[in-house]
Amino acid sequence: MRMVRADLHVHTCLSPCADELMQATAIVKQARTMGLDMIGICDHNSAENVAAVVKAGLREGLSVVAGMEITSREEAHILALFETEGDLMRMQDLVYKNLSGENYEESFGPQTVVDEWDRVVGTNHRLLIGATALSVEQVVDAIHERGGLAIASHVDRERFSLIGQFGFIPKGLRLDAVEVSRPSSIAQGYGYPVVVFSDAHFLEDIGKSFTCFMVENLSLSEIRKALCNEMGRKIVVS
Amino acid sequence: MIQKLDLAVRSATANLEREVRGGYASDLLSDVLAHAEEGNLWITLQIHQNIVAIASMKNLAGIILVNGREPEPQTLEKAEAENVVIMVSKMPTFELVGRLYRLGVTGMRL
Repeated sequence: MRMVRADLHVHTCLSPCADELMQATAIVKQARTMGLDMIGICDHNSAENVAAVVKAGLREGLSVVAGMEITSREEAHILALFETEGDLMRMQDLVYKNLSGENYEESFGPQTVVDEWDRVVGTNHRLLIGATALSVEQVVDAIHERGGLAIASHVDRERFSLIGQFGFIPKGLRLDAVEVSRPSSIAQGYGYPVVVFSDAHFLEDIGKSFTCFMVENLSLSEIRKALCNEMGRKIVVS
Repeated sequence: MIQKLDLAVRSATANLEREVRGGYASDLLSDVLAHAEEGNLWITLQIHQNIVAIASMKNLAGIILVNGREPEPQTLEKAEAENVVIMVSKMPTFELVGRLYRLGVTGMRL
C-alpha cells in the first residue's frame, strides 16, 4: 500500500471559463511540480482534451483519470470519473445528446481542443457552459451505468453545487462521494465520503487542494475502494 | 425607476438611460439564456460573473440582484468592462417584480 496524492478535478483550455494556458503538457508539469501522483481532467460537459492530457501524463509518469464535470438541468455540477476513455466517451455521447446551444466565445470564452504537445487542433462550438436536459438523478445513474464514479462538485460552494441549487442533497442520491473546496468543510459530515480537489481553472491552482488516498496502485478502482474503506484502502485525512 | 424602487447601482453608471423593454426573473442561467429577450431587466439572486456574460450576450437592459445580495468582485469588474448595469434591491424577487409591474415593466409583450 502507498499514499497517493490526487487532485481529480482539473479543467483544461476546453472549458470556456478556464485559462488558455491550461494545456496538456503545462498541466502535467504543474501537477508534477506540486507533488501530485494523480490528476483527473474534468471539463464542463465535454471530454475532448482528456486523451491529450492522458498521453502527456504517460510521458511524465503522471496518472491521469478520464473525467468530465456534468451540469444537470438544475445547474448542479457532478464529477464523472471513469476507468477507461471508452466509458467516458459513452458518457460524452449522452451529454452531447442532451446539451443544446452554441458557445458565444466573446461572452463565455474560448473552448480550445489541444493535442498532447499543446498544439491547437480545434475548437468545440457547443454551449459547454450550458446545462444538460438531464436531472441530477439521471446524471448519477448514467455515470454508474457506464462504470464511473459520481461525485458532487464543491458542495461547500453556493453556486452550481448540489446544495447551492437544492438547499440539501436530494435523499437517496447514489453519489460515491462529495467534493469540498475547503478542507475545513470536511467536518460538515455530508453523509457521503468527502474529498477535497482544486477545481483548478488556472495552472497555479492545480494541486492547491488535493486528497490523499491509501491504495495499492494508481487506478480508479483503487480510489473507489478507498472511498468505500475496502480492504485497507482509505482516504487519509491530514 | 431607480429612485422609485430604491435600487443601488453597482456598475456601469454611464449606461442608465437605456430603455427597458420588459423583464425576466429567473435564477437558472440556462433558463435566462433560453428565454430572456433583448432590453429585458433581469431579476436574479445569482451574483457570479457568468451573469454579466449572459446579460451582455442577450443584450439585456440590466440586472437587479434581490435580497440585498452584492455582486462578487470579479462580477463587478467584468460588468464595468462590458458596460452591464448591475443594481441591488433589498426586496425579495416577488415583491420587486410586483412593483416593477406596477411601474409598467411587463413580462410578456401584451
